[in-house]
Amino acid sequence: MSQTQIAVKPTRPWKLTFRDLVPDLAGALFTVFGSLAIVAITPLKGKLGFTFTLITLAIITATTVSWIRKDRKAAMNSTTTVLVYIASAFVIIPLLSILYEVVRLGVSGFSLRIFTEDMSVTASDTDLNEGGLLHAVIGTAYIVFFATILSTPIGILTALYIVEVKGRLSGLVRFFVQAMSGVPSIVAGLFIFAFWMIQMGNAYSGIAGGFALTVLMIPTVARTSEEVLKLIPQDLREAGLALGATQWRTVATVVIPAAKSGLVTAIILGIARVVGETAPLLITIGGADAINLNPLEGNMSAFPMYVWKNLLIGSPNAISRAWLGLFVLMVLVLIFFAAARYFSSARRRFK
Amino acid sequence: MSHQDNPNSTNDREANMDQKTQNQARDTQRRDATRRPVSSHSLADVANSRLSSVGVPSGSSTGLEARGIHAWFGSKHVLEDISLDFFTGTVTALIGPSGCGKSTFIRILNRMHEFIPTAALAGQVILDGKDVYDAGVDVTKIRLKVGMVFQKPNPFPSMTIRENVLSGLKLAQIKIENADELLESCLRRAGLWDEVKDRLNEYGGALSGGQQQRLCIARSLAVNPQVLLMDEPCSALDPGSTLRIEETIRKLSASMSIVIVTHNMQQAARVSDFTGFFLADGGPGRLIESGATNDIFTNPKQQRTEDYVSGRFG
Amino acid sequence: MSSDLLEQKSPPVPRVITTKPRFTDKVFRAVVTSGGMVSLVLLGLIGFFLIYNGFEAIQNAGLSFLTGFDWADAIPEIDQPAMYGVGAMLFGTIVTGILAMLFGVPIAVGTALFLSYYAPEWLKKPMVVVVDVMAAIPSIVYGLWGFFVLMPHAEYWAKLIHKYLSFIPIFDMPAPVFTRSPFIAGLVLAIMIMPIITAISREVFAQTPPERIQAAYALGATKWSMIKAVVFPYGRGGVVGGAMLGLGRALGETVAVYTVLNLVYDIRIEILLSSGGNVASMIVNKFGEADFVELQALMAAGFVLFIVTLIVNFIANFIINKTARE
Repeated sequence: MSQTQIAVKPTRPWKLTFRDLVPDLAGALFTVFGSLAIVAITPLKGKLGFTFTLITLAIITATTVSWIRKDRKAAMNSTTTVLVYIASAFVIIPLLSILYEVVRLGVSGFSLRIFTEDMSVTASDTDLNEGGLLHAVIGTAYIVFFATILSTPIGILTALYIVEVKGRLSGLVRFFVQAMSGVPSIVAGLFIFAFWMIQMGNAYSGIAGGFALTVLMIPTVARTSEEVLKLIPQDLREAGLALGATQWRTVATVVIPAAKSGLVTAIILGIARVVGETAPLLITIGGADAINLNPLEGNMSAFPMYVWKNLLIGSPNAISRAWLGLFVLMVLVLIFFAAARYFSSARRRFK
Repeated sequence: MSHQDNPNSTNDREANMDQKTQNQARDTQRRDATRRPVSSHSLADVANSRLSSVGVPSGSSTGLEARGIHAWFGSKHVLEDISLDFFTGTVTALIGPSGCGKSTFIRILNRMHEFIPTAALAGQVILDGKDVYDAGVDVTKIRLKVGMVFQKPNPFPSMTIRENVLSGLKLAQIKIENADELLESCLRRAGLWDEVKDRLNEYGGALSGGQQQRLCIARSLAVNPQVLLMDEPCSALDPGSTLRIEETIRKLSASMSIVIVTHNMQQAARVSDFTGFFLADGGPGRLIESGATNDIFTNPKQQRTEDYVSGRFG
Repeated sequence: MSSDLLEQKSPPVPRVITTKPRFTDKVFRAVVTSGGMVSLVLLGLIGFFLIYNGFEAIQNAGLSFLTGFDWADAIPEIDQPAMYGVGAMLFGTIVTGILAMLFGVPIAVGTALFLSYYAPEWLKKPMVVVVDVMAAIPSIVYGLWGFFVLMPHAEYWAKLIHKYLSFIPIFDMPAPVFTRSPFIAGLVLAIMIMPIITAISREVFAQTPPERIQAAYALGATKWSMIKAVVFPYGRGGVVGGAMLGLGRALGETVAVYTVLNLVYDIRIEILLSSGGNVASMIVNKFGEADFVELQALMAAGFVLFIVTLIVNFIANFIINKTARE
């Protein structure tokens, strides 16, 4: 008991201290200034030359330092560590660039007015203080709504069939759903055109676009749900069945709740896959400049369609309109994305 | 320095194995019966019978030493002031009820503790005169010297038996000339050679649980560690496999220091030279008593130790 | 008499086993099974409707539909019949897909490793969000960004590559036009498919059994040797699966490629040249003004694209099943 009197402080000796980082920092500084020097005195120049030199020098420095301080094993480890960090940088840079450019080029034309006006009386070439996107808002809402309510039950049922029912065809279904996730979006559009327009004799409409996106959304929802359901431990199911529950009750009360946040993620991933899909809409909804409140009939617009149309027109004002459309689409996607994340993490906290 | 197995007891064990003894208690009693009448203190007798030849080793042979170890997970103090020496050529058993910090303690010894994000510690672990937690120590080198066998057998399923045994060399990028010799000697020392010598290119997962655990032991041996830590190596195994592992432990202890965490007091009595008894009374785990195994089981100094080894709680 | 009665009573009556709890299961299984079949039926219908509408075009052109370079309407004035072949576009599709894989897969797998094993705690979460956001960005955004932002840079890179490596045939240039080349399309596609491959790789890496990781570390492994010995063998199938999913998207991508690739009905191996092909983009390009005959040809082209992507996915699944040894 007397020992408890002595104050013993918890330490984490494995955490890197500043002293441990000194060689790394020195290496990093050497790399940066070395690259600057090389760019200054050799023909390599510009941002590209600097990046190239920086990467090469970083790899060489890290490897050499580890080899000298430790051994070959540590050197290999350092090389791959640098490579892995570079790979991550290559993922972040395009995203930052995309966000920056979309905001920079899109925000100038933004005002709340664009949600109250359509393009029925405004030409694309006119200045951006006229006209708006209301017709595209309505179109996208209709189309994504149809795609979601159609593909969510089908996707999750497919996953349940593969994981829970394990029917005779489950291997085949799994195989084909996997294959279906590779179906190009344009093919889905062509299919709906061939079936819904040529065969059934319908014209362009919002629901046709919804059908096309459903085809694209099902495999994403099904595959992700399947992966989620597979992560639920088999013990849980057996525990449910051993309590005398039917399979239906076990799935409904044990498996689905345990997988809920994952299933939500599956639907989100599905929507994220289709919300900005352009190609299938180009050949199914026809495009429009005016509001169309009837999703079952008549040409419809959507955000991607609006962007596409203005991009093809190509005049400076039209291009600005395209960026404006992209900006709104991106904001929509991000709000939607954040809300979904919040929803699924709130569920987890609640449990 | 190293102890020799009592020939009687080895023979006995083999006889028991042949009969596929299901009950370890019966096994213990049978072994006792060959030497003396069954008494109510069978654990103590087992401990006594085993270690008569082992004295307290001289201090110079200390390979590994824990000094004043404390451990925390977050703000929870889980180990308090543990000091223990581990001698080369001996087996040290750490016993105690669940949650008393035994596993945490041995994971501190080869720096596996730090993989838990909230973990912290105080104190020193001295290996060959140097603190393994000193700044600038290459942690991978520590783990090469202090090997570990886990509770659940965990051979690498993507590797064959042969590759599994030699995986430590590959992982640490150690090059050797005579891989086949090393392979055979490791498997022999782990007591697995005869069973797998014709199927070295099969995958490790194809073996039984007990064989997998011996494969894991062989894997640890290939990098020639000074100390082998075993975290309840038999808790997932059947009694027959357990006996084989215990036999392996005894043979190995001739050349290295072995630290074994076990819930099974009979196992501690059977295989160990020294025993440390851990207990957490609601607070952090403490080392209540440590000493020669026969002392702990026959003549414990602490009432709580006696209560535990005699089965009054825990 | 009494014995008669007894005998009359004795015929065994089968016990009625209550099936009520089973009935819900039957309904459950029936509903789930029919839901599961929808994808199969849908996939069959896609193939059927495309070939049904495109059959005439394929019949007219024969094998040259696959190998032909030309996509030309009939010109009645000079008695020239319509010639529709997707050969050049198909070749271009495959070239851009391969380029996207070459650029994208190493970076995606590296990022997945970074997220799983290298990133400091404070960086992990924002990084995961970055990858998820990238996956959610619509392809038309990549298209515009690729055209207006990336292309000026990529053009410069292409010029450098050409300058120093033009002795390699694929970097040669018959004419100095570097815009809208397969190289640039490959870059855009690589960025587009990176998040998918990263997300799926990370998922399988995260499932690597921790006891195996510990075993490797306990044997003195460094992070990298642990990854090579434990994580890659465990996650290989998943990484290949993710890469193939990405490839599927790359082969079928329409609008992003349309903006950054110059569609030319010609087979060229010079990837830096402003001349490439992409079946999906070609369909959109020609769809607007297509007459009925050309529409049939476009349906047939869609069918070819459908089959190609199916084959890619079948191969992918085959690899996944083969490598998933556990």
